[in-house]
Amino acid sequence: MSTIKKDSGFGVAQIILLISIAVLVIFVAWPVLLILFNAFFVDGTFNSSDFYAVLTEPETFQALKNSLIIASMTTIGSTIVGTFFAWLVTRTDLPYKTFMKSLFLVPFMLPSFIGALAWKMLLSPNSGYINTFFMETFGLTEPVFNIYSYFGISLVEVMYLFPFVFIQVCGALERMDPTLEESARISGAGLFTITRKITIPLVLPSIMSGALLIMLYSMAHFGTVAVLGIEQGIYNIPTLIYEKIHQSGGSFDSIRTGTVLATVLVVTAALIIWAQQKVLSRGHYQIIGGKSFRPMELKLRGLRYPLLFFCLAYIGFTILLPTVVIFLVGGVSTYGLPLTWENLSLDNYKYILFEYEVTKDAIFNSVTLGLAAAVITMFAGVMISYVIVKMKVRGKGILEFLGMLPFSVPGSVIALGVILAWSGKFGINLYNTVWIILVAYIARYMAFSLKANSAALEQVHDSLMEASRSCGATMWQSLKDIVIPLVRPGMISAFFLIFLPALRELTVSIMLYAPTTRTIGVAIYTLNEDGETVMSTALAGIALIIIVCGQMLINHFTKKVSE
Amino acid sequence: MSYIRLVNVTKRFGNVTAVDNLNLEIGKGECFSMLGPSGCGKTTTLRMVAGFEDLSDGEVWVGDRLLSSPKKHHYTPPENRNFGMVFQAFAVWPHMSVYENVAFPLRLRKLPAAEIEQRTKDALTATNLLKSANESPASLSGGGKQRVALARALAINPDVMLLDEPLSSLDPHLREEMRFEIKDLQRKYGFSIIYVTHDQSEAMALSDRILVMKLGVMQQIDSPLDVYNNPANKFVFSFIGVSSFTDVVWQSGAACIKGDNRPLPQGLVVPARMQGEAVFNLASRPTEIRFTNENDINAVRGVVMRKAFLGEIIDYLVKIGDQEVRVQIGRRDPGPETGEVCYLHFLRPFWYKVDE
Repeated sequence: MSTIKKDSGFGVAQIILLISIAVLVIFVAWPVLLILFNAFFVDGTFNSSDFYAVLTEPETFQALKNSLIIASMTTIGSTIVGTFFAWLVTRTDLPYKTFMKSLFLVPFMLPSFIGALAWKMLLSPNSGYINTFFMETFGLTEPVFNIYSYFGISLVEVMYLFPFVFIQVCGALERMDPTLEESARISGAGLFTITRKITIPLVLPSIMSGALLIMLYSMAHFGTVAVLGIEQGIYNIPTLIYEKIHQSGGSFDSIRTGTVLATVLVVTAALIIWAQQKVLSRGHYQIIGGKSFRPMELKLRGLRYPLLFFCLAYIGFTILLPTVVIFLVGGVSTYGLPLTWENLSLDNYKYILFEYEVTKDAIFNSVTLGLAAAVITMFAGVMISYVIVKMKVRGKGILEFLGMLPFSVPGSVIALGVILAWSGKFGINLYNTVWIILVAYIARYMAFSLKANSAALEQVHDSLMEASRSCGATMWQSLKDIVIPLVRPGMISAFFLIFLPALRELTVSIMLYAPTTRTIGVAIYTLNEDGETVMSTALAGIALIIIVCGQMLINHFTKKVSE
Repeated sequence: MSYIRLVNVTKRFGNVTAVDNLNLEIGKGECFSMLGPSGCGKTTTLRMVAGFEDLSDGEVWVGDRLLSSPKKHHYTPPENRNFGMVFQAFAVWPHMSVYENVAFPLRLRKLPAAEIEQRTKDALTATNLLKSANESPASLSGGGKQRVALARALAINPDVMLLDEPLSSLDPHLREEMRFEIKDLQRKYGFSIIYVTHDQSEAMALSDRILVMKLGVMQQIDSPLDVYNNPANKFVFSFIGVSSFTDVVWQSGAACIKGDNRPLPQGLVVPARMQGEAVFNLASRPTEIRFTNENDINAVRGVVMRKAFLGEIIDYLVKIGDQEVRVQIGRRDPGPETGEVCYLHFLRPFWYKVDE
């Protein structure tokens, strides 16, 4: 008979815990700490008045205000649009509802900076196709709409961000027990009263949670503002950080301004995440019912087809039109030529794919970086989630805290942090290499991996592992033969959740690229800045094709996994 | 006197007929149960009475009010029917306090504030919830939540109370307790109940009359006692209570239990309508069989396969030929042991054709 041995000092569990902590510290915590340190310490001494001085400089203060204005407008707009469409596809008798529901998720696939690029070509005040069309046809002297404005920027962000709210609200409305509404009906309430007193209060947490997600995203969003705002001097926090670092080649003052702005972003993000947790936990009603009949549907009657037409027109205007413009402009030899058949060819696309070094490099870089980041982050995520969800070791609290960090660190903050950490000050210089981008990607996408993997691990009941141990398997054997096979779906979804966004990444790579380490996003953006509009657009077109193919691959895989 | 009337009510979903030409009359203050396996159309019927489903054909009346009639293009929406309804999943609103849940239907009726308060308190008192009035229903147990749902339905003093498997989400002990609470409330308030359940003992305990349904078709409407004692057909017999069906065959003019070549005893008379059936069933309930001796003219010979002591009763599985019959006797009654030969007396035999 063997006696039970207490875990003495150092075992497998402790080693895994330590590695997990080390990964999160090196990739996430340390860069963020360096930012906070640089923001508050001047020459090694604490200096908060300097922090305040930087913050109140007209330029930085304006950027803070802009971030807030754009994020607020985007959030309000997306919440209204997302909630309305969610209600339409779940609670009315709109024709082709399931098809329309999947159609409203398409905007997720279109990177917003590519959308912004298209809208620039359509609605820029002087040369946008729509503006010039109206000015020429109707002899107007003023452009119809100026996309280079707060309103224009927010509008474009709403077009591509509203699915965050849409998904959350759809889910809540679908899971909601229909008898909650039926019992209000039998109590004497009409549909309008039910919507106001029962349905909306019950899905309000989901609406709020989606809205906060958009707020967080928009505050820290680089692409749209960079494409549409900089020309008019509209900077938000990430674009100003980029501008500062980019122009000054990393001078002390610009780094300092950057770290101060980044600190504001981190604090805002933390506040938003905290608010979201609060909303979700307080409002997390058990509204999922037992046996359920179909929920009540509002009969739209005469409005059925007009509303269907409205939805299709919305998708056509916000998705189809920009995509078509991208492919057409990518096909002409010089930007500004009329988009007629004889001006269109595939030459640009061939040139980009097979001859032009810049774009060939960019595609190669994005694919390899995406693959590497996805594989590394997937495995690191499994290990860390495993410790957090399943293991009972002392010191796990530290890891739980560190595990929250990746969720609240925006991309531009991570980029600035890795510049501080990996440009030679601490012995290793990765600056101007692809490695620095890889390190930043790992930090940026860790949250996705943690989320997917811990969700999968929570489904694996402890007893499965215990049963394997009681059969005589060691901890490693049980991990290998029981746990890993069961969480494989989570790992696969983590892989794709990282690989696809990494392919189209702009915010992080724009701060870290060197001439030979451009990614697809960077190449599209810089080519456009340099006036190579058609090349930039053609590359955007190719990026869209890659993204759509990737998405189809995901759908194929996840379907297989769930079967 | 009939109060709720369903006339030729039919509901079709596409090609499937969920309820087929149902005619019902339910009296004022009556407790009426609809019983059947899932998919038999009982819930659909209830939802048609409530107004959540429209009718494909037929009419629903309460008193002299016509509520639904597709032929006359008449439909009163649920909110105007003045019914109380309780659902299986409680459906109490988690964003309102217990008090607000119960007051909600009264507020919708724009009653004076004092009356709303009085009636809410009355309903809460009747359901023993007064002390939890300001709590969130989320903090209550399943039974507590179901009381809130009941109080909410009571508050408007409904003419008809519709209960859709209201107790199935509760644990067995609580279920029994709530059963009698509902019955007490009905006595006090005098509303009619239409009660949907798949639990026969619940239906038996509560109801004045029971409707048994199968695949949308009415099988029997009777008092609980009559449904049990005089089942209308083989389905009702098998659905209510525990039952054994034993195959019987004809062998050179004599009825024998399948696999056994002894003719049935004199006392067990096969009805004439089974003549000419190759195989037919002797149906029995375990409690309506007792052990007897070889010389009894009712005695059927069998062998005890299994004897199980279940506390109050002893449960036997007896093999006759190649058929098995369940027998239950009181724990103090004398009975044979496993493996012994025994003789059964079928006290109340029922006879059914195989495909009946």
